Amino acid sequence: MSRALVPNETLANALGANELARELGARGYQVVRSGGFGLAWLEPMLVIDGQAYGPVRDLDALEEVALGPVNEIPAIARQRRIIFDRCGRGNPMDYDPAWLLDQLRRSPREIIAEIRASGLRGRGGAGFPAHIKWQTVHDTPAPQKYIVVNADEGDSGTFADRLIMEGDPFRLIEGMLLAGHAVGADKGIVYLRSEYPLAARIFDQAIARARELGLLENFALELFIGAGAYICGEETSLLESLEGRRGEVRSKPPVPAVAGLFGQPTLVHNVISLCSVPGILRMGGAAYAEIGVGPSTGSMTFQLAGNIQRGGLYELPFGLSMRELVEDWGGGTRSGRPFGAVQLGGPLGAYLFEDALDTPLTYEATAKLGAGIGHGGLVVFDDTMDRVRQAHFAFAFCAHESCGKCTPCRIGAVRGKETMEALAAGEYTEDKIAVIAELCDVMEEASLCQMGGMTPIPVRSALGIAPGISE
Amino acid sequence: MENDSAIRELVSACVGQTGAPVTALRKIMATHGHITDEHVGIVADVFNLSRADVRGIVSFYSDFSTTPRGRKHIRICQAEACQAVGCRGLTREVSAALGLGLGETSEDLAVSLEGVYCLGLCASGPSAMVNERIIAHATREDLLQ
Ligand SMILES: Cc1cc2nc3c(=O)[nH]c(=O)nc-3n(C[C@H](O)[C@H](O)[C@H](O)COP(=O)(O)O)c2cc1C
Ligand code: SF4
Ligand code: FES
Repeated sequence: MSRALVPNETLANALGANELARELGARGYQVVRSGGFGLAWLEPMLVIDGQAYGPVRDLDALEEVALGPVNEIPAIARQRRIIFDRCGRGNPMDYDPAWLLDQLRRSPREIIAEIRASGLRGRGGAGFPAHIKWQTVHDTPAPQKYIVVNADEGDSGTFADRLIMEGDPFRLIEGMLLAGHAVGADKGIVYLRSEYPLAARIFDQAIARARELGLLENFALELFIGAGAYICGEETSLLESLEGRRGEVRSKPPVPAVAGLFGQPTLVHNVISLCSVPGILRMGGAAYAEIGVGPSTGSMTFQLAGNIQRGGLYELPFGLSMRELVEDWGGGTRSGRPFGAVQLGGPLGAYLFEDALDTPLTYEATAKLGAGIGHGGLVVFDDTMDRVRQAHFAFAFCAHESCGKCTPCRIGAVRGKETMEALAAGEYTEDKIAVIAELCDVMEEASLCQMGGMTPIPVRSALGIAPGISE
Repeated sequence: MENDSAIRELVSACVGQTGAPVTALRKIMATHGHITDEHVGIVADVFNLSRADVRGIVSFYSDFSTTPRGRKHIRICQAEACQAVGCRGLTREVSAALGLGLGETSEDLAVSLEGVYCLGLCASGPSAMVNERIIAHATREDLLQ
């Protein structure tokens, strides 16, 4: 009997994967609902006895969309899939815990040493070295410690957390259990955004399966669903939300690693950071550090989105250029019009133009441009992008999502938005630009968190304003 | 109210969970569609909070609504990746066809329109949701049919 892998993944389902699965079942195939491969333009993509087809609209016309053996599709074969190696290969609930149980017998010291050697940095946005947080949580004595997973994934242009939680939830459970063992935390909570209902369902199933497998005897694992607030991706806002309140940002110090959830030492990590951990332990921290460029070690789940032909998730070593990603991997704009800009690293990320495309995607090189990789999202625009409108949106988004705790952000974003509206209405004058420049400087300097503090990045980069010119 | 005791039961079942008040409000939204003053009172009571605290939570999160939404609730992504493929134009057209702005509900409660910031389908936009159904490459027809 032919075996058909049909992704059970939000995008594939939106494009008809559920119906295809039913139809294949009716035709006598052995249907396995797997994860998605993340190649958005090929969804729904089926793998039947090792042969891939996509995008499949009609089962009677499969040969028209034949892609050959799945392992030879260049967009998969040329990746360096360390996190996503299992994703798409089978039923995510068929999990063999032998390797994990073996790793959990290693000493916490040894595991933290591997993380240090790997050079792993946080994939949620800030790029902070992971081992420092692990060591701090480990070294802080407390009656209770927590692992908190940031699956709020609010950045436009990103979907890596969703893809792994839908396609290989055990990768995240592995990361959580290993981190918990290393830092001495026996409670873990995943904070998942409410916009991802399928990820929630699949992760819930995985928790139940993990329990059956005996993996949760010494570790309590909970899934919490958010309620629609971008700011709750900021780690202290997230903790407030997890304590059942408004997600108002806390001032730091103390950092969560010292006093986080309910005042206890808490390791807060992005989904992809924790999902990098099993690969690091499998190959060894030193070998992992060989991948990538300089201090940007390992693989990054780049996500190509927006106006792009071949969008999707590409797990690759740090260091390729934005041009390679946008042109070679992505095939240029979907509209067929000339490239306009890319917004790198989410709504608080910089708009970058043609002259920046040869920049390598590393933490260091992008920082030199005043930009950042963030969670790895690249949103591509064609040449019809209106810079004034995008700058307006950056302020409007900040005004909409501001937690309201500090004045520079709460008031500044609204003033910025109104000033941009005046600008857009044709009053493009020097003094309006000066107002924007000054607002940006104040927000950057005086905001309590990076919501207000980084909104100047998309604004200035869209408008071509240099930082600090208001002085 | 038809089901104050059912709501109280729903809310009480959350006691002891992490982030319980937020979870309780989310469950009320799921079963009741919006959050009334009575619900606020129940949540305040069960979790020993003031009504003002609970109202503060309700107003903070955009999933929570104190007014009923339409039987057909349309949400169109307004975030950057969808902007790059025309979500603004799509929103304008749908908005004009329905005679509703973002955040508005028709008087007969048949339909409501709302913006959302990213559904995680950013390589296949514009993205939208109609009730529970998620739509990639959304068109005017998809949303209005
Ligand atoms: C406004 C704002 C939104 C954020 N959203 C997210 C998010 O959705 N997911 C995430 O992992 N980190 C997000 N972060 C970063 C977190 O504050 C934090 O740095 C991260 O969760 C730490 O995990 P990491 O070290 O694994 O990156 C956000 C930060 C800010 C300021
Ligand atoms: S910068 Fe904005 S989001 Fe951050 S604490 Fe201040 S008001 Fe809240
Ligand atoms: S930006 Fe619209 S789905 Fe992500």
